[in-house]
Amino acid sequence: MALLEVQDLHTYYGNIAALKGISLEVNEGEVVTLIGSNGAGKSTTLRSISGLTPPREGTIKFDGKEIGETAPQEIVRLGISQAPEGRRCFSRMSVRENLELGAYLRRDERIRDDLDRVYDLFPRLKEREKQKAGTMSGGEQQMLAIGRALMSNPRLLLLDEPAMGLAPVLVERIYETIAEINRQGTTILLVEQNANFALDVSKRGYVLETGTVALTDESSALRQNPEVQKAYLGA
Amino acid sequence: MTAIRDFFRSIGDAWDGLHPNVRRAIGVAVLVFFIVLPFFFTAGGTFIDNATRALAYAVMALGLNVVVGFAGLLDLGYVAFYALGAFTIGWFGSSFYAQVNHGKGLHIGVTGVTGQLPGIHFNFLLVLVAAVIVCAIFGVLIGLPTLRLRGDYIAIVTLAFGEIIGRVAINGDSLKPFGYAVTAGRQGITPIDSPDLPGLASFGPLDLRPWYWTALGMALLSLFVSFRLRDSRLGRAWIAVREDEVAAASMGVPLVRTKLLAYATGAGLGGMAGAFFAAYFNTVNADQFEFSFSIFILAMIILGGLGSIWGVVAGAIVLSYINTYFIPNTFKSLPHHIGLNFDLTDLSFGIFGFLLVIMMVLRPQGLIPERRRKLELTEGVGAGDSEMPIEVSV
Repeated sequence: MALLEVQDLHTYYGNIAALKGISLEVNEGEVVTLIGSNGAGKSTTLRSISGLTPPREGTIKFDGKEIGETAPQEIVRLGISQAPEGRRCFSRMSVRENLELGAYLRRDERIRDDLDRVYDLFPRLKEREKQKAGTMSGGEQQMLAIGRALMSNPRLLLLDEPAMGLAPVLVERIYETIAEINRQGTTILLVEQNANFALDVSKRGYVLETGTVALTDESSALRQNPEVQKAYLGA
Repeated sequence: MTAIRDFFRSIGDAWDGLHPNVRRAIGVAVLVFFIVLPFFFTAGGTFIDNATRALAYAVMALGLNVVVGFAGLLDLGYVAFYALGAFTIGWFGSSFYAQVNHGKGLHIGVTGVTGQLPGIHFNFLLVLVAAVIVCAIFGVLIGLPTLRLRGDYIAIVTLAFGEIIGRVAINGDSLKPFGYAVTAGRQGITPIDSPDLPGLASFGPLDLRPWYWTALGMALLSLFVSFRLRDSRLGRAWIAVREDEVAAASMGVPLVRTKLLAYATGAGLGGMAGAFFAAYFNTVNADQFEFSFSIFILAMIILGGLGSIWGVVAGAIVLSYINTYFIPNTFKSLPHHIGLNFDLTDLSFGIFGFLLVIMMVLRPQGLIPERRRKLELTEGVGAGDSEMPIEVSV
């Protein structure tokens, strides 16, 4: 059984259908990529899973449990956490305070360990522990957004365009860390518009077009697909 | 302006540099100062009157600060809780419901003459608790419809609720759900029971000191509540919601609960102060529950510094003194001196507005700014600017 099973998802913004029947699966331990152009429904898929924009139809099963109508905080508690699109760090809070908010629902003793884990993954964040998030560069804020999402110690991490607006050298660094997070045992579902790096680290991929799944395959096969190359890989 | 900023900063730094015991000692000294202060003034005089009002306004402002300053929910209908708090003491602390218990009345914890009067008469402390509970419940009820809204839209809905409560206060005399009128309409509910508190004798117009001490106690309680909440898990959640609702929700901050708790806390403090004001003025006057009151309290927290606890107290004291002392007394004859013939109090709100404009130009972060907001205004770190994919280099 897959860790996450999404069946025939329909999600609306008002009367506008953003998702028109998306189905996908993420197995335990995998990295899965959703690629697609603007408006294809990538972010909406993640927002539906994390409960921020609940779906109108369809089912979302996490670890065998239906979560389609579950409140966002309960979904975080169950073990899904999201680094939202555009980073959305709390700019007037320090790096440390941002990370502590990531552990908002936790009261256990292991928070300290997870903080150390995040600082190991992103040493830059430790250096800037007391700095206000809003004064940091885009790359550092992206690290913080990922680190903050890790602070809830999720089983499934949702990353929404982690490379957005970053220089190529930084994108590479971020993706190295994403691969490392996965090696440490966290399953990852990520969304990316410019899919080169994303397909490198992921095992499988889904191509979304106007709210539906147009294509799904192993990442290596998607990389070779001429249409995917033309549309999403800048080849 | 830099001079003033440096002055405040140097005070702040000096304070932070002190040994905790020294700080504690200074705190106790300041407290003792405020407790013995009334002994140096006429018992029924203007000074104690003004100080009492200022303290009660500080309680109101601290309440609104939880909603607007901490949680970032712009509430323009705060007068609703002034009204509800005042009516709570009208219901449970006057002879308004004279027919209750066949005219014999209902008495809990009251002594003396009040204990013989018809109507419902609860001890003042019980009434304060009741006011907090009634207002917290209404705070949640008014908060519920705003949950799906943001920013300006919250302001509009709360504004409407403030007006609704004001209308009900005026017309409630013909609203009789169980055969008992809800309010006394324009006639008002008067007199209100004098508080009957242990250790404090005779609350009355001739000796205002017990009123002062009660208001001081309420202000200290509100300060304590404000500080504890600000530094709590809930306080952190409020700031997160204020900064970025979507990010807060994706971190697992329960938005509904967090926002409703802000509304309930703010309303509770406002209700407590409302009940006190009604007792102090000895009347629940339905005509005073106007929109301008909401703005008056909002002006206090903006003047003092949104979200900053000491700033809000300072703002409340400054505006309260301008309102009850400087405009009607000190500068009363000003229009006359320049050859004009009008009452300066007619211009009160014009003066407050002018002060706010001056503040926005000279010191937009408020008298004593909150740490986080100061950052936004002086160092260009805004909230919610992370939407745009900005630059790169690490």
